[in-house]
Amino acid sequence: MSRDFDAIIVGSGPGGSTAADVLTSAGWSVCIFERGKNFLVNLEKPSELLYEFSNDEIKYWSRHFLGPDPWLEPRTFRMTPDDGDRLSIGEVNNLPATVGGGGTHADGKVPRFREDDFRVLSDLGPMEGTSLADWPLGYDEMEPFYAEAERLIGVAGEAGANPFAAPRKDPYPMPPGAPMYCAVVTSAAAERLGYHPYPGPTACNSVPYDDRPACNNCGFCGYFGCPIHAKGDPVASLRRALMSGKAELRPESMVSRILMENGRATGVEWIDAAGERHVERAGHVVLAAGATETPRLLLLSGLEHPEIGRNLMYHFQTLTFGQLPMRLHAHKGRSVTHLHDDFILINDEAQRAAKEAGLPWLKGGLVEHGGAAHPMLESKFYPWGPEHKDMMRESPMRDHMVGFTMQGEDMPQATNRIDLDPSIRDIHGLPVARITYKPHRHEIAASAHYGPKLEGILHEAGAVWARTATSPNVGAVIRQGSFTSSPIPASRHVVGTARMGTDPATSVCDAWGRLHQVPNVVVCDSSPFPTGAGYGPTLTLAALAIRNARAITT
Amino acid sequence: MARFFDEQQYAIVQAACARLIPTDQDPGATEGGVVDFIDGFLGAFATDPPLIWAGGPFSGRFGGDPRFASFHRLNARDELAWRTRIEGSQGIPERERLGPVVGLQERYRTGIATLGDDFAEVPDEEQDRRLKANEEFLELIHEHACEGMYGAPEYGGNRDLVGWNYIGFAGDVQPRGYTDEEVSQP
Ligand SMILES: Cc1cc2nc3c(=O)[nH]c(=O)nc-3n(C[C@H](O)[C@H](O)[C@H](O)COP(=O)(O)OP(=O)(O)OC[C@H]3O[C@@H](n4cnc5c(N)ncnc54)[C@H](O)[C@@H]3O)c2cc1C
Ligand code: SF4
Repeated sequence: MSRDFDAIIVGSGPGGSTAADVLTSAGWSVCIFERGKNFLVNLEKPSELLYEFSNDEIKYWSRHFLGPDPWLEPRTFRMTPDDGDRLSIGEVNNLPATVGGGGTHADGKVPRFREDDFRVLSDLGPMEGTSLADWPLGYDEMEPFYAEAERLIGVAGEAGANPFAAPRKDPYPMPPGAPMYCAVVTSAAAERLGYHPYPGPTACNSVPYDDRPACNNCGFCGYFGCPIHAKGDPVASLRRALMSGKAELRPESMVSRILMENGRATGVEWIDAAGERHVERAGHVVLAAGATETPRLLLLSGLEHPEIGRNLMYHFQTLTFGQLPMRLHAHKGRSVTHLHDDFILINDEAQRAAKEAGLPWLKGGLVEHGGAAHPMLESKFYPWGPEHKDMMRESPMRDHMVGFTMQGEDMPQATNRIDLDPSIRDIHGLPVARITYKPHRHEIAASAHYGPKLEGILHEAGAVWARTATSPNVGAVIRQGSFTSSPIPASRHVVGTARMGTDPATSVCDAWGRLHQVPNVVVCDSSPFPTGAGYGPTLTLAALAIRNARAITT
Repeated sequence: MARFFDEQQYAIVQAACARLIPTDQDPGATEGGVVDFIDGFLGAFATDPPLIWAGGPFSGRFGGDPRFASFHRLNARDELAWRTRIEGSQGIPERERLGPVVGLQERYRTGIATLGDDFAEVPDEEQDRRLKANEEFLELIHEHACEGMYGAPEYGGNRDLVGWNYIGFAGDVQPRGYTDEEVSQP
């Protein structure tokens, strides 16, 4: 069979870019397909960086600059099949569709998982209504890949600052960047209450690194692209892959189907910017379309396995906000600089709360110490009229506001899933991903347990008021200005929709991310995660991408 | 000269925005040219490239090459999406893939009509009453007024940076950024 590339990579986010770097370093030729536009790097050698990102609230908050446009490429949402075909059409938990994927948008807190995150089922035992499973690999095996991923992405952090972190052999590639004032205030308060905040490992350069400059704290970080390439978006990996002369990157090229013969992938069918369909052949197909689009593509390709798309997990976010007397200027700095892990641990108090909720155990998640940065977003929360101006000058919801986000660990549930919407099509005419998602009562109980503790920290810091909301919203609908709370999770951490395991009957991928059914298709994003941990997935998925991509070359 | 509104519509939207973000000891929507932002969005396709996505990486306000004012080109699909959103689907099959779309232009035309031809001349209390009587339009224009007042001035509003200045916000600060001391100290 003729083939044009050793591997086709679907998606140019952190997973696909890392795989491209690893494969081209091993001498493989790769073609990277990306449905979104390219604002990141010149496609021709010497592959100079492009400078298109900017500090612009309108472009990023209101006008889908990084895509996907929710009208061209919508998703649909329902909580359960009882809701009928769908509750809504449009934006559901979108990560950017652009060269660099969600890496361009993220504010890049990239901690490693802990040892016990890989064996929740055997350590803690089962929980009713969940499909908990251990990972087919452990932290010891991941450690060198974590270290390599930290070097590739460029992570700034302080080894030893988090007493609960898993052991690491090497220091971080860079020291931590400047702590934001709001986090200085809240982490001091958290320490006084006996918690253990630390400077978060962050994918932003604190010093010049890998030919890219140090971050200058512009403050338009999470949800924006970095105008100066100081962010550990995947530009460094992509550029290295392009410079090897072994990689071709095709933006605005949507893979519509994996082509298969006799249990092997032979290539992909793809659609160009003009809507024309083409075929490209390769020896391997690497899937890195993200944990929503990867299962969609498996289903579009006609693969049938009862587990495809199931066990979809986000993070159940507990959002605790409060107003402090002083101005906090959270528009200066890289969105979030401090974290604490105390609520990930299971202690006696958490066990008591679990018992009261009728659960065997209860886990929270990573807590991010942050503030509110930008006035356009803020202004929409306030009433109109004379009050608007007073509120904007006073700024209770921005310049005086601090906030915590607890990224609560979601339980895997077979009923939470991605499938193909029965009738809604994207601009290419392809059925869109439908999300069916409802949190388990574990997450709700954990949030109810930890929310008051987060409010306690804010009161300790001197807050005049503190309030807690959750995303997804599980109580009465909250409306404030143009904001309405929603059952759609706001979390951009999406995992678990093509789980890995050793048993082909109960898992989609093997322990190396290869599809049991089609072993020359390798998944290099967060879909294979059997459980979600209470940490952002990006470093772990990049580490897995290194491991899984390298395995196919040796 | 307006891109989309006629003279009367312009005056009505300007008066409505002045109620939403009034002028007091500090400039309001009127001084900020918020109506021009809305007019620029509704008439985005009157120029090429359209006023949808400002350029990057820098505005020039804190150094660097001023490029915000060079708007991005849209590819054919983006143009379809934004024309559908702004102009409505108008029975054109490719714009009705997900069903008919009432465009922003139409929503403004209707909303302005319900405020009444004399809206700009009636007393403040009457203006507020009419705005409140039309909740859907009020929500839309409020959203846009906020964007026009506090978004980048290249989109037509926030004239002379009045929206940022009165709240002490520096706006886009690249390539200067902030020093570590500015980030970490009170
Ligand atoms: C504001 C924000 C903050 C975040 N903060 C953090 C954080 O602090 N910590 C953390 O760990 N994570 C964070 N994340 C999440 C992080 O961005 C994702 O975990 C990460 O991007 C996932 O990488 P990926 O490569 O698996 O998928 P993606 O980044 O989603 O990349 C997939 C790419 O594939 C493309 N694609 C999809 N389908 C196709 C197809 N059929 N054909 C061609 N191309 C296709 C998409 O367009 C996309 O570019 C954040 C995200 C956002 C948006
Ligand atoms: S805060 Fe730093 S890393 Fe983030 S966008 Fe600004 S310069 Fe880039």
